[in-house]
Amino acid sequence: MTAKYQPGERVRVRTDRPSGHCRTPHYCRGHVGEVERICGDFRNPETLAYALDGLPKQPLYRVRFSQADLWPDYDGPKTDTLDIEIYEHWLEPPA
Amino acid sequence: MSEQPRHHDMGGRRDGEIERAEHVYDPWEKRVDAMLRLLSSEDRRLIRVDELRRGIESLPADAYDAMTYYERWVSSIVYILTEKGVVTQEEMRDRIAELKANGVGLEQGK
Amino acid sequence: MTTTHDHGHEHGHDHDHTPPPDHDGPWSDFQYMEAALRELLIEKDILTADEIRAQLERMDAISPAMGAKVVARAWTDPAYKERLLADGTAATRELGIEIEPTHLVVVENTAEVHNMVVCTLCSCYPRNLLGLPPDWYKSASYRGRAVREPRAVLREFGTELSDDIALRVHDSTADMRYMVLPRRPERTEGLSESELAELVHRDAMVGVTVVQGP
Repeated sequence: MTAKYQPGERVRVRTDRPSGHCRTPHYCRGHVGEVERICGDFRNPETLAYALDGLPKQPLYRVRFSQADLWPDYDGPKTDTLDIEIYEHWLEPPA
Repeated sequence: MSEQPRHHDMGGRRDGEIERAEHVYDPWEKRVDAMLRLLSSEDRRLIRVDELRRGIESLPADAYDAMTYYERWVSSIVYILTEKGVVTQEEMRDRIAELKANGVGLEQGK
Repeated sequence: MTTTHDHGHEHGHDHDHTPPPDHDGPWSDFQYMEAALRELLIEKDILTADEIRAQLERMDAISPAMGAKVVARAWTDPAYKERLLADGTAATRELGIEIEPTHLVVVENTAEVHNMVVCTLCSCYPRNLLGLPPDWYKSASYRGRAVREPRAVLREFGTELSDDIALRVHDSTADMRYMVLPRRPERTEGLSESELAELVHRDAMVGVTVVQGP
């Protein structure tokens, strides 16, 4: 699959609320970050978890968030960041 | 977001000081790890890591917290393999009863 | 190790057919589950006892010393460091370390940046490079707090980070595994690669501590 987003691009994490297995932590949902790198295409854990084949593969990104954006009460410097791996179907344009 | 994260989704919780004590893994714990790796290998694919995770995530919160790491693993492996019929609950129950009846794992007989 | 249940020994010390006891006390329910599951899988010809033994030996051969070797090589060979940061999976393979089926991302500590690694959803860890994770890495308090108040967590590990250093936390959620490349301590110019490797310990490669000089 061709990756929809490029390094440096801003993306928002969807606010879906899946009841089953997923690898997108709750705390980053709805937040906007920046693509740090594209990791490649990987099987989808949300179907792998139910004995399916996880296909089609999903582009996987590392998305960098500002800690101050994630936590309103973050008390470290503004330069602190958090990188998370997120599959493409969890991302959308920020606007 | 207002909805609560699921129990295993712990990022952002503030659970107090980090307990730095470490333990040397018991042989049975390593065997659980070894079995998972073999069962999930390319040539078997009897269980995927994401299935293992699903099994662990389906534990009730109090059970999750009360169990050690490899206790959660072995519970989940059995759960997933019974779901697939690789082993059955009856087989597991009967075998555990036989082990106990034969004195395996008892304090004196070890 | 065919079965433990069919030879009816009672309280004896004949353990030819059973693995050695793990505790002096009675087994927990989960130890019985492990034993029952293992026996059933062997009887069903899904696994063999030899395969389990060989897998345990492979696991036991992996230790943080392997990661330390990678770090020391990167400290002494700039071209290797470049390859390591570009593709950790391939660069560790050069040293005979197989990371796959996961992939290794190596993140470098510098005068401006400090990195630390956590897995908030479970306990993903570069096991094929560093061995099994320590208990604290899997604890609810580390998993919860490392993303929210990482500087406080670092302080608990004795690592004081000044505000002019950016802290990058890496939440290991999917197919990548992470190793921190610590900073080489000062006044180690005279040390050999293997002497340098001896300075490097597990926690510095997770990023909760830094490497101290000799």
